[in-house]
Amino acid sequence: MNVTDMLELSGAQSIAAIEAGALGAEELFAFYRERAVEHGGELERGGLNCFTWVADGVPASSKGPLVGVPLAVKDLFCTESVPSQSGSKILEGYLPPYTASVVGRLQDAGAPLLAKTNQDEFAMGSSTENSAYGPTQNPWERTRVPGGSSGGSAAAVAAGLAPWALGTDTGGSIRQPAALCGIVGLKPTYGSVSRYGMIAFASSLDQAGPLTRDVTDAALLLTHMVGRDPCDSTSLQFPGQIELPNAERLDGMRLGVPKELQRSSDSGAAIEPSVRRCFEEALECAEGLGARVEEVSLPHAPHALSAYYILAPAEASSNLARFDGVRYGLRADGAEDLLDMYTRTRHDGFGAEVKRRIMLGTYALSSGYYEAYYGRAQRVRTKIAQDFAEAFESVDLIVTPTAPGVAFELGEKTSDPWAMYLSDYFTVPMSLAGIPAISIPCGLSAESDAVAGPGLPVGLQLAGPAFSENRLLDAAYALEQAIGFDTTAAHV
Amino acid sequence: MSEQLRTLAQPPEGGSSKDDSYEAVIGLEIHVQLATATKMFCGCELSFGDPPNTHTCAVCLGLPGSLPVANARAVHFGLMIGLALGSELAPRSIFHRKNYFYPDLAKGYQISQYDEPLCRGGSLADVRIHRVHLEEDAAKLIHLGASGRIDGSAQSIVDFNRAGTPLAEIVTEPDLRSPEQASEWLKLLRSTLRQLGVSDVNMEEGSLRCDANISLRCAGTEELGVKTELKNMNSFRFIERGIRAEIARQRAVLEAGGEVVQETLHFDPASGSITSLRSKEEAHDYRYFPEPDLLPVAIDEEMLAAARAEMSELPADRAERFRRELGLSDDSAQILASRSELGDYFEAALAAGAEPAPPAQALANWLSGDLVARLAEGATADPFASRVQPRALAGLVGLVVAKRVSVGAGRQVLDRLIAEGGEPEAIVEAEGLAAIDGGGELAEIVARALAANVDAAERVREGNPKAIGPIVGHVMRETNGRADGTEVARLIHEQLGA
Repeated sequence: MNVTDMLELSGAQSIAAIEAGALGAEELFAFYRERAVEHGGELERGGLNCFTWVADGVPASSKGPLVGVPLAVKDLFCTESVPSQSGSKILEGYLPPYTASVVGRLQDAGAPLLAKTNQDEFAMGSSTENSAYGPTQNPWERTRVPGGSSGGSAAAVAAGLAPWALGTDTGGSIRQPAALCGIVGLKPTYGSVSRYGMIAFASSLDQAGPLTRDVTDAALLLTHMVGRDPCDSTSLQFPGQIELPNAERLDGMRLGVPKELQRSSDSGAAIEPSVRRCFEEALECAEGLGARVEEVSLPHAPHALSAYYILAPAEASSNLARFDGVRYGLRADGAEDLLDMYTRTRHDGFGAEVKRRIMLGTYALSSGYYEAYYGRAQRVRTKIAQDFAEAFESVDLIVTPTAPGVAFELGEKTSDPWAMYLSDYFTVPMSLAGIPAISIPCGLSAESDAVAGPGLPVGLQLAGPAFSENRLLDAAYALEQAIGFDTTAAHV
Repeated sequence: MSEQLRTLAQPPEGGSSKDDSYEAVIGLEIHVQLATATKMFCGCELSFGDPPNTHTCAVCLGLPGSLPVANARAVHFGLMIGLALGSELAPRSIFHRKNYFYPDLAKGYQISQYDEPLCRGGSLADVRIHRVHLEEDAAKLIHLGASGRIDGSAQSIVDFNRAGTPLAEIVTEPDLRSPEQASEWLKLLRSTLRQLGVSDVNMEEGSLRCDANISLRCAGTEELGVKTELKNMNSFRFIERGIRAEIARQRAVLEAGGEVVQETLHFDPASGSITSLRSKEEAHDYRYFPEPDLLPVAIDEEMLAAARAEMSELPADRAERFRRELGLSDDSAQILASRSELGDYFEAALAAGAEPAPPAQALANWLSGDLVARLAEGATADPFASRVQPRALAGLVGLVVAKRVSVGAGRQVLDRLIAEGGEPEAIVEAEGLAAIDGGGELAEIVARALAANVDAAERVREGNPKAIGPIVGHVMRETNGRADGTEVARLIHEQLGA
């Protein structure tokens, strides 16, 4: 098969081509491996810096329903004997002795490991700038961020350096980079995909999901990801099967637009005009497909970001305690005693954002402050989940822009943490509620928004009740077909 | 709770609080390693004494990405402990993370239980239980260097075999009043846990560990004084010594007009000295929060039924049954129940169908008195490990009670049983130890004894009961101990007309 044709294929189309004998699995792997090495490497060598490791040679096996279509995986998934550092210096040289359950499932289904992708350190960030490997560039506009924390995965898929990829989403880390890179990103229901082998950020929120060129690919990967894992007691058996989406219309579907997320308030994120325009066009498109769009209320959603920035750092402060230099990864030299070794190792090994969140979380859990911060944030979380439950009594899905703006300039928000955190304003409420949400590209920002070229992608977020993935995928598929966004436009 | 066990909670006679204006108030925190096949949150085998770091995995080494899965058997054992202590079992309890940095703690936190433990309340021998919760053990640190402690050690090495071993932490209310009482109570707890089969309860190997919270207050007052926590008492002897030393230290502080400072203390059994590990100000802020990697432990009827079904009879209940159903004295019931091998042997002997059947109390006396005393001189104190079959002991006691063998001759038979085993009746016959019956033969021997002890006989006639001794002794010598003492005394009085 010729090179241009190969690159045109989505994951599902590649499978079909291999099964039809038009394409060899080894040929496809070698093709992507070469592209990954050539375009995904370090910035100094002209790459996007979206990969932290690329496989040598050809994979051992390509048996299974995914017939050898290669997979890129976020750095924080443990992969046996393959560097897995979660974007952190503190795990320098760490080679896990085991592979994360979800990666193992996909390998067993026939998706060999192509590469590991760059990310914000320990998944803390919305731009992939907080990485020990340096920032990743957005293939749409290389002076801009790809979003984060799964920015490496999003950039790799958008640039055509991997057919599809795995990311993780804690407060928007799949959906927001998918939106900023003009691809599809799905955060499944909390518990439907095993977390075993994912280097933890915030355990009660972390969830693995696919980043793909289209909705069908997202569904296809998800089929092989879900299921109870005896190694993760918080994992659940997915009720029923993930079906490949095929809806053409949205007749009778009720889409709710949360009024609280429309307003610009003091703490709220100002929605960029081009994002608002694309969002409104997407709503019109949905109505054209037969959906009914109405306003719903999520009264506590505006507090989601505040609650999130207590709960996630609290869990992170504990999850990151194991990185002490005793057993693996970095150990600082020259320590005088145990405490000094701990202090130097963690000083040298963690980046600024990680340190900030460890301090936030440690403070929030401290004796005397626990109730005021952690306890209260948990109650807000419960309220938010209740808000969604009530909203889903009157609508089938909730729709929002995925992010308030398009991809921002590298360095633009690094000195303003709160501005950075606002990138996740629309995605965090779903994370706190544990419900599934998908981001699909719904248009390009206009040139008049001070962006050069044809504009930058805007994401539409759809969210449904727990385990409503099939409904979500169907609706996203119908919209995708109607919108007709070209997810190969940023291929390098 | 039984009267007998209740007495444990009273200050022992001549205890250390005698003549003292201060009263010691002691509560214990006991860590029990549960005898499950695998660790608390992973599938690694439990071990003791194996080569270091041979029973480890991603979970108990705290490798990035690993997740805990709670051991159902450990929860089951926790429920059995709760049932045995009469605790309230939480229908839903949760694991918390206890955060602190230490090289023996792979994850930087210990998974424990905090404000929603598995069991609350209950009691054992009138010492109230505050709570019982489940948690994981830390790894074992070995400090190379003279001190044997982390300060000043040249190197510290970590053995993760122990990391993740399931522990039940049992916390008492401050209901103990003396070192001796604390150690006695702990022995009762140990026998209870051993009987449950939930732990090896071996203090030397660390499967039973005890810390004590100790305070003093003016005798007769109710308010609690400032307490200290004393650690590292790894034998019953050290527990008594450690608590005694700490009571003495606090008393000296108070008598000198000082104030006891709340702190955690280390007891050095070698020197008997107590040193401070950390003060209240230095106490860790453990930043407890609910463990997000584990679901709440939800107890259902099935789990409770399974725990109940596996409970054997506990010492206190067994003692009560021995008293109520068999009419044993408090002392006998207590001894047989607290040493389960004696209780088992006793019940086996009663059920052996020996003829004549022995009364329960007589059997208990022979077992816990004569047999145990004789066995204690030998290699084993366990009657099951001796040559004396339960049926043989029962038969012997039956013969003695039926007066077919005298008490003295019975003891000779017992010696033979211990030495060679066999059947008591056969030994009696072979050795000619059958009691001389109360007929003419014994009366003639008594008559000869009176004739040989005229002075004593005269004094007995005059009403001096002690004077009977030499006459009885004469009869026993002549009968080689086979005569029944009571019958001999009756005949003496009859023949003297006294």
